[in-house]
Amino acid sequence: MSVNDLFSANLKPVNLGLDMFADDLKKQGVEPVLMDWTPPGGGDPDVIAALSRLEDPAVAERIDAANQVALDRILSSQPFLEGFGQAIDTVPGMTAKTILHAGPPIEFTRMSGPMKGAVTGALVFEGLAKNIDEAFELAASGEITFSPCHEHQSVGSMAGVTSASMWVHKVTNRTHGNTAFTNLSEQLSKILRFGANDQSVIDRLNWMRDVFGPILSAAMSLNEDGLDLRLMLSQALHMGDEAHNRNVAGTTLLIQALAPYILETDFTTKEKREVFDFVASSDYFSGPTWMVAAKASMDAANGVENSTIVTTMARNGVDFGIRVAGTGGQWFTGPAQEVIGPMFAGYTREDSGLDMGDSAITETFGIGGFAMAAAPAIVALVGGTVDEAMGYSRTMNAITTGNNPNITIPALDFMGVPSGIDVRKVMETGILPVINTAIAHKEPGIGMIGAGIMHPPVEAFQKALRALADTVKP
Amino acid sequence: MTRHIEIRKNTYLDSVSLMSMSTKANAVEGVTQALLGMATPMNKEVLANVGVDDPSVDEARPSDLMIVIDAADDALEAAIAAVDGILARKDKKAADAREVRYRTLDGAFQEAPDANLVIISVNGAFAAREARKALNAGKNVMIFSDNVSVEDELALKNLAHEKGLIVMGPDCGTAIINGTGLAFANAVRRGSIGIVGASGTGSQEVSVRIHDFGGGVSQLIGTGGRDLSTEIGGISMIDGIRALDADPETSVIVIISKPPAEDVATKVLEVAGQASKPVFVTFLGSDRTESGFDNVTMVTAGTKPLAIAAVVASGIDESTLDKHPLNIPLIEEVRAKLAPEQKYVRGLFCGGTLCDESMFAALAKYDNVYSNIQKDPAYRIGAMDESREHTFLDMGDDDFTNGRPHPMIDPSLRLQRIVEEAKDPSVGVIAMDFVLGFGAHDDPVGVTIPAITEAKSIAAERGHHLEILGYVLGTDLDTPAIGEQIAQLEAAGVTIASSSTNLGLLAREFVAKGDN
Repeated sequence: MSVNDLFSANLKPVNLGLDMFADDLKKQGVEPVLMDWTPPGGGDPDVIAALSRLEDPAVAERIDAANQVALDRILSSQPFLEGFGQAIDTVPGMTAKTILHAGPPIEFTRMSGPMKGAVTGALVFEGLAKNIDEAFELAASGEITFSPCHEHQSVGSMAGVTSASMWVHKVTNRTHGNTAFTNLSEQLSKILRFGANDQSVIDRLNWMRDVFGPILSAAMSLNEDGLDLRLMLSQALHMGDEAHNRNVAGTTLLIQALAPYILETDFTTKEKREVFDFVASSDYFSGPTWMVAAKASMDAANGVENSTIVTTMARNGVDFGIRVAGTGGQWFTGPAQEVIGPMFAGYTREDSGLDMGDSAITETFGIGGFAMAAAPAIVALVGGTVDEAMGYSRTMNAITTGNNPNITIPALDFMGVPSGIDVRKVMETGILPVINTAIAHKEPGIGMIGAGIMHPPVEAFQKALRALADTVKP
Repeated sequence: MTRHIEIRKNTYLDSVSLMSMSTKANAVEGVTQALLGMATPMNKEVLANVGVDDPSVDEARPSDLMIVIDAADDALEAAIAAVDGILARKDKKAADAREVRYRTLDGAFQEAPDANLVIISVNGAFAAREARKALNAGKNVMIFSDNVSVEDELALKNLAHEKGLIVMGPDCGTAIINGTGLAFANAVRRGSIGIVGASGTGSQEVSVRIHDFGGGVSQLIGTGGRDLSTEIGGISMIDGIRALDADPETSVIVIISKPPAEDVATKVLEVAGQASKPVFVTFLGSDRTESGFDNVTMVTAGTKPLAIAAVVASGIDESTLDKHPLNIPLIEEVRAKLAPEQKYVRGLFCGGTLCDESMFAALAKYDNVYSNIQKDPAYRIGAMDESREHTFLDMGDDDFTNGRPHPMIDPSLRLQRIVEEAKDPSVGVIAMDFVLGFGAHDDPVGVTIPAITEAKSIAAERGHHLEILGYVLGTDLDTPAIGEQIAQLEAAGVTIASSSTNLGLLAREFVAKGDN
């Protein structure tokens, strides 16, 4: 609008900054458009320079086109549960002395307490160490290969520790042909993935190896069609899950689909009963399943040149790392954050370990914290109101590329979940992704002590943006 | 320490709510530990782990709620009540619908496509980028922020020029667009006089005096103080003059600027000379008296004040104006009250141009005029320096406002300074401006009166009369209105000047001794 057009139009100002100016406009009978602005890029001048380079119209056009390709690949993904197998036979690059862990790469000495607890527990479980003390020595000896789950087409919740004889889901993205893996739910509280490692934990892992995994595997080998996880996930959201911290509906749907095949296997009734009892012992059974479905979908966007869409958010309890479609396998990290939320009785903030796990793949895909509005029953987890839960989901629209028409939120008029986190938008708006997650005790050997929400460190996105400014063709 | 154990039969609360409530209960005053949980085997184990051993817990069933509170003896009852309060939570839905706010300009423009001006007052390091976005989206821009680089300012103004838009600022404190005051502005009558100003309070003052003389303002376009520098070349001022020339509601154009670069002044005058309307120009501190164009009048100390010239040109009969001439008997009266050693003026200003204008009046008579905005480094003093001889301070300048609000909003620094200056026995006059209007403090006079009273009594204890001279920039339409503010000042024994130039003239004459 030219200056002279402005003189003859009704003044419609946008007030970017001091609220008192907006108040004065209102006093004069003019309704300003209000802004809730924060410095882009967390205020870092280098990041703002990088952002400005990516905002050049020609560059922005190229990125937008690439992001659309990446988003289409994510949204068109059809993850199917094909079966279960042991990691050693299934996961690419797995060896008897490999321990996969959550988050970006980390050496044993730097690992957080709960991750060390999980690693040492796994070494005892695998028979590589006689006891936890010996396991600590072995883990530090250099004989064990540590590697991120994400670098093996896998994801692992919390410590993410996956060892050779653990059973994993096999999920194939039938649209794009890629496969992803994740281990089985140990359910909640005092379990290996939260860093607990006493005999009760090892006993459960043994049962999972000898009974639970084999039954699930046998059941799925009877199901020639596989299970359409996207469809099931979509239903679960309609039933009140956000598929990260709340999995009540999803678990019911999943076990309902598996039950007939489980019944048909050759295992004893007692063993089958144990499986059903175990699944019923917590709502979390399907948690890993949604993670691997998300992983299979997000991997389809890996390597889309010039794309600024985040394909991985993962944390190892020390570092929070992200990876971006346009920058391949490169990790961009920042410090793992404290998770804020209610604790189990008897624990306090001082006990909590820092943010951990590959489960943020769910938010990367668009569920979990991004789908909070679908799960009003868990808003207490964030100490908030239903309105706030609605707000979380709506707000995520500001940092994502589009909405997933296949996975929708009834309460938001069937809005598709916000999908395709754009590093540029995160940096520009200052809105960080919201992640629902659990809290592990900071010491090894104890386990889960609470749950809540957290936001990634801004540094990871700043680094990614700088790298993108160098990577995207001018 | 007392432990309270309670089992509420058949009371179900989901585990997530319970965790949340436990957290709140633990924060209750006097509570050392509060445990809330359904009586599941796992939760019973948790209780056992923290030493809760009670038969009622053993008997509780998973559908029962367990409440354990450890609290100081005298706090237990209150703690139980508080925990009960948490458990009996009500749906306290936020009733007031939250106003819509946007995180990015792109988002705002999407929802409000008819937005036509963006007022930017965020940190200067980020202002240029937002302004560029606004311009690229076809919006006019006012940048209140300072600390925008010259390179950015030039690029933004060139971009705006190409697009037929205007950039007001950076460091643009005032504008009136379509009758609406933006940032710092006074409530003035709408009319046919258009103003383009490269000075904030100077433009405000012209608008106020136009109103005072019965005229009205069509548009007041601020350009920011650096617009008439050689680097920027007056881009916004030139575009502003052309816009006012093309505006059918404008019949007279007024230009006011702090000292411009000479080459830019020439260019601006050429553009003004092409205008089809009478143009009145004040370049503060400039020696030019002739514009070289018939329609362009240079307004200097020796000519009619800018506002009067403009108002008359807009069609108001000059004989009806109350021009507030200098009050000669008053000058004699004040001179008689001041002791021989009270030789100096201390000017403490909120408005930069107001400071400038008063200082020029003093400079016309005295050499020893110090200021933080003096061009001559020999006479420049900083915010931390003590005043010396004649001192005029622009307390809205960066060295005073670093990390604190502008004195038009927060006058606390000036209040201290008023008292400090009064302690100097060589001071005869403290001159001050009071800026009313949008953006300004809601009672600038009221908040200053105690300091004025204290200053006067400090001088009185020495046996001196201290003359306090005030200029109130405001109109009868402002809130508070100018009349109310002047009445407060007069009640406190403050002398009122009718303009900032008048303020400077009176101040310098009050302290002039016999030989002057």
